[in-house]
This record gives sequence, structure tokens and C-alpha cells, in this order.
Amino acid sequence: MFKIDFSDQKLRAILIQTLVVGVLAYAIFWLVQSTSYNLEKRDYKLGFGFLNDPAGFDISFSPFYSFVATDSHIKVYLVGLANTLLISFVGCIAATFLGFSIGIIRLSSNWLLSRLAYVYVEITRNIPLILQLLFWYALLINLPRLKNSIAFGEAFFLNNRGLNSPQPIFGDDFIYVTIAIILAITVSIVFSRRAKKIQEKTGKQYPLFLINTASILLFPAIVYFIAGSPLEFELPVLIGFNFVGGMKIPPEFMAMFLGLSVYTASFISEIVRAGILSVNKGQIEASRSLGLKQNRIMKLIIIPQAMRVIIPPLTSQFLNLTKNSSLGIAIGYADLVHGFGGITLNITGHAIEVMAIVMSTYLIISLTIAFFMNIYNKSIQMDGR
Amino acid sequence: MKILRISALLALVSFFSAPAIAGTLEDVQARGFVKCGVTTGLLGFAAPDDSGNWKGFDVDVCRAVAAAVFGDSSKVEFTTTTGKTRFPTLASGEIDVLARNTTWTFSRDVDLGFEFIGINYYDGQGFLIPASLGVASATDLDGASVCIQTGTTTELNLADFFRANSISYESIPVETNDEARENLFAGRCDVYTTDASGLAATAAQADNPADWILLPEIISKEPLGPLVRHGDHVWGDIVRWSLNTMIIAEEKGLTSNNLDTKLAMNNDPEIFRLTGKEGEYGAMFGLSNDFGYNIIKQVGNYGEVFERNVGLKTPLKLARGLNAPWTDGGLLYSPPFR
Ligand SMILES: N[C@@H](CCC(=O)N[C@@H](CS)C(=O)NCC(=O)O)C(=O)O
Repeated sequence: MFKIDFSDQKLRAILIQTLVVGVLAYAIFWLVQSTSYNLEKRDYKLGFGFLNDPAGFDISFSPFYSFVATDSHIKVYLVGLANTLLISFVGCIAATFLGFSIGIIRLSSNWLLSRLAYVYVEITRNIPLILQLLFWYALLINLPRLKNSIAFGEAFFLNNRGLNSPQPIFGDDFIYVTIAIILAITVSIVFSRRAKKIQEKTGKQYPLFLINTASILLFPAIVYFIAGSPLEFELPVLIGFNFVGGMKIPPEFMAMFLGLSVYTASFISEIVRAGILSVNKGQIEASRSLGLKQNRIMKLIIIPQAMRVIIPPLTSQFLNLTKNSSLGIAIGYADLVHGFGGITLNITGHAIEVMAIVMSTYLIISLTIAFFMNIYNKSIQMDGR
Repeated sequence: MKILRISALLALVSFFSAPAIAGTLEDVQARGFVKCGVTTGLLGFAAPDDSGNWKGFDVDVCRAVAAAVFGDSSKVEFTTTTGKTRFPTLASGEIDVLARNTTWTFSRDVDLGFEFIGINYYDGQGFLIPASLGVASATDLDGASVCIQTGTTTELNLADFFRANSISYESIPVETNDEARENLFAGRCDVYTTDASGLAATAAQADNPADWILLPEIISKEPLGPLVRHGDHVWGDIVRWSLNTMIIAEEKGLTSNNLDTKLAMNNDPEIFRLTGKEGEYGAMFGLSNDFGYNIIKQVGNYGEVFERNVGLKTPLKLARGLNAPWTDGGLLYSPPFR
């Protein structure tokens, strides 16, 4: 007779796994079935036709598209997506810079500086982000009112409705300047590669940074003047209820930017600190005895090795920041969750479709970030390890 | 042992997979209280008092339903909802009734699948601005920053109004009335637009309410009423007649104070039917026959509820206006109780 031997580890493993898969499959089946039953009972018609209906409401913060109430919910989605990407992008960049600086300062031999960095980290990472966002928003909302704006010349005005700044107006001939900039950058890259090769061969060093900056700044500047200064600035002027003309950064955006970058920077700084500390002390001593200066040791020896430790957790911080940007709803930042995931959902009632779209969008954004960070990570790994 | 545990799990799962088809009334009775969706806080309409009890005009609709179902107006659990979250909260069954100054519109009624059981406040959308701005008409608001609650009819009316008048504005979207008030008082926006009743509640919370004025324009009809999910007619009827009972009670001059004396002295058959002294009306939808008595006794008639929460003696100082009984030139008119 066939007898199951439960003491056989392999057999046991197969049995348990089959059971787990079976239960899981049943759970999914049940979920789908009862959802569709309930949807039918509630007369819920699944479908995406509502996306073409006019939105009916306005979105004022839309730097990339012009949006009017007669536009469709698809446009609502695009505006929200653009705003989510915008705040995530600038947030990640600022958080990285701030995080690296704090992390390095934290390790500095200056007691006061390093303590300050420590305090920064402990405060910002231990207070829930949503409270920090509300704090920044409250702060910005309590700046002077419109009529008493803090003015920087005739150009910049800061008040509790945001920061107004001049808007560049590019003339037709500005295209030459653009070409000049691209050209200068290309030349600099080629030149840097060359110089590196020469250095590897002969040891001869060029003041690369100086030469490149000079060429990237000077060449376009000369072209700019030859083309007849094809760039003007439109200044903001207070007319009626608000400033007219110029550009405007609303306090909702500023609060998001400050909140997300300050919060995430504290985590990044710890990652950076751990990365730097992971580099063997002996290497630093060795480079010192070779006569390298402190900043060169940092740049040539420590950072490249620390980066390998830093990049993977840094990636998850970027992902966190992007997902955290959905908290913008608390202060009225017009991101994806706010407009499409909120107002569109409310007006059309298509909660399932809307949330499915929003969730897949965040998934795709996250996977894309992870994909590029992985490529970068691979490129800096040491060969043969 | 393991097999046993897993089959127990499977049994549990299949138990949940047979969705309960009980009606809302049975659910409510089995649970012991009514789940009612209200605002996150709007003075006079729904706000917790100092000891944490919910008070207000919308809250009293919930209390009336509890008085009808349980004979006890305190058997309510309140859930706060924003303009955006209110409909999913109701649709998903988290609440039994939504009483949150919600405008009755075609698409909410038909497309979202809700049933408005009546109108408990006839309102319209207005604009609240600082008197110091010196603006006399909403058509002078070109270029203004406007605070607006998202997910509302007022958000859509706002877009329509400015488009129809070919003027522009910057919309400052907020989730709750509290946020709108803070932004308005801080000067983040020049003007706040919502239902005029909500504006009265907002102005009442200013340091000096006289600094704030309503512009003359009322740009929409906002018939506000309680609503339930489509499909459960018995429950819809219970909520509808809880409200109607309060309206009829005012028409008949019945108040929470004089109810017993009136009943003893009166011989108006409609009053007898309304309070359960005659007929089996409550039993028709599964309630006790004195459900109307309990509503009037414990919550009061419509006029009492109005005056106590939002009337002229409250900080909101709202006049009855359209919300007077039809016999006084208003729009309140309940079908007869028979
Ligand atoms: N009647 C409109 C607007 C309703 C609304 O949002 N009202 C505001 C002010 S009148 C409110 O109740 N706010 C309370 C809260 O923020 O929770 C609708 O149904 O869409």
C-alpha cells in the first residue's frame, strides 16, 4: 500500500507548497467572484468611457499644460502625473544634495557641525512627514500678505501666495545660443575623455574643471551677444488681486519641495554616512601616506567605493520620496492623487478604475526609477568582484 | 493537525464568500446603532461640542433616524467625511446614511447610484470676502484667488461661473471647510465660495465677523439633503419619513416640549397617526408605531432643530428664508401622513 512518509522532507515541502498555492488560488478566486457579485448587486458598470467626459473643474497649478474645465479627465490625469513627476524629480535632486552634504558634515571632525547634523537627522526623520508638510505650509501661509510682499528689487516678490519671479522670454534667435551651449558641452566631454587618457598614459594633468566651465560659459555668452541678446525678462507686477506676468511658485509646491527633500535628506545622509564608514580605514591612511590631499582622498578613494554601498538604499529613498509625494493632498498640491485620484473619482464614481490607473501609474514610475538606478549601480560596481 | 487547520481556514473563507443579503434596517438593528456620515466639522451643521458630542443641523437628521429605529436618539455612530470621501464611504456600506450638506443633482442620484430622501436645507452658492477688499460684485473678481472645496458641486459651479463671465481666477483647492477658513483668514485666497450656509458658519468663526461680507450673487441652486444607497427602498423610506415627521410636526405646531400636552388636548387624526396613537404606520416599514413620537420628543420638530443649530439666535444667524414651512411662504412641504 502507498503510504505517505511525512518525515520525508522533500515530500513534506511539496505537500505544503501545493497547499499554500491552492489556498492562495482559492483566495484570489473568491476575491474576484465576490467583487464581481457585489459590483453587480450595486449596479456598478465597469468601464473607461468616463475618461473622455469633460472634467468640469479647474486646476490652477499646471506648469506644463494649459488646463481648462472643458478638458477631459484624461487631461486631468496628465496634469496630475506631470505634477507628481515634477515634485518627485526636483525633490529627489534636492534631497540627494542635502543628504550628501549632511552625511559628510556628520562625519566632520568639527564637533559643533557634526552635532548639528546629528540633531537635524534625529529631528527630521522622527517626525511624521505629513506633520512636516503641514508645518512648512503653515509657515509659508504666514509669510507677509500680497500687499506687503518681501521684494527683491523689482524682480522677485515673496508673499503668502508664493514666490513671483521674472519670466524669461526667449527670442527667435535664442536657438543659436542653445546650439552653442550643446556644442560647448559636447566639446567639454570629448576634451575630458582625451585628457583622462593622456593622464593615464603620461600622468600629465589639465585643470579640466576650469577649462570646461570657462568654455561652457564663455562660448554661449559670446554667441548670445552676437545674436543680439535674444532674451528678455517679463517682470511680475501687482495688478488687482494678484501679481500679473512673470513666473509664480505657489506655497503648496514650495511646502512639498521643502517637506519631501528635508525629510528624505535625513535618511539619505545616514546612508551616505554608512557608505563612507564602510570604506576601509587603511585605504585612507594609505592614500594619506601617498601624499594625497583630503579632498582628493574623498573624491578619488572614498566616494567611488562608498557609492557601491550607497546606491541600492538610495534607490529606495527615491522610491519613497515619489510615493510620499501623494501626501500633497493634505496641503492642496495638485498631484495625481489629488485631481484624478480624488476629484475625478468623486465626480464619476468610478473608484475601481481610477484607483487601478493611479496604482499602476505609481508602480510604473517606481519600476522605471529602480530600472535606471540599477543600470547606474551596475556601471559603478567594480569589475571582477 | 495541519490538514484540520487548513480545512478550517477554507471553511472560514467560504463562509465569507456567501455575501450577506440582509437589508440595511436588519443590519442596523442587529448592530444596535445607525452609522451616519457627517462633515469633518462645520459649525451649526455638524461639529463635536466641548465634551465630544456631535451637535448640529445635519447631526439631528441622524439622531431622528436613530430615534425612529431604536427609540433612542443617541444610538448613532458618526463618521467624518470630506467632500471627496463622502460618496465612496456611502457606496461601500461604511455608513447607512449620509447627512452632510450634499446637493441633490442628477448625476449623483442616477449615475452614482444614490437616493436622496428629501431636502432638509434649500441653499445656494455664494462668495465670502473681506469687506476691506471693496469688491461689490462677483463679476469684479477677475484674477482673484478663490478657495474651493474639492469634490463638490460648488467647484463645478465656480468653473462655470467664471467661464460664463469670461473672467479668470486661480483656484486654491482645499479638502475641508477648516482648511478653507484658515486659508481665507490668512489671505492665501481673496474669496471663499461654497453653499451660503457654509459661508455663514465660516464667517461666524472669524475674530470679527463684521469684517466679512457675502457678495450679492447667489450663483446656483443647492438643495441639500440626506441620502442613502440605491436599492434598499425600506431603508430609504425610513430616512425619508424621519425627516418628513419633523417637517409635519412643525406644521402642526408640535414641539419636543408641548408634545404630550398637545396629544392629550388635541383631536387632529393626522397627529394621532404621526405619533402612533392611531394606526399601524411604523409596522409598515418594520419600526415601532410610535417612531414619530420618539423623533419629535427626542430631537424636536424641523423649526426647533433649525433655530437651535443655525437660526437667528446662533452665531450663524441664518433666517428661515426658503426653509420656512410652505404655510409661511417657504418651500418646506411634506406629503401627508396617512
Ligand atoms: N453642497 C455642495 C458642497 C458641500 C460642501 O462641501 N460643503 C462644505 C461647506 S458648506 C462642508 O460641508 N464642509 C465641511 C467639511 O469640510 O467637512 C456639494 O454637495 O457638493
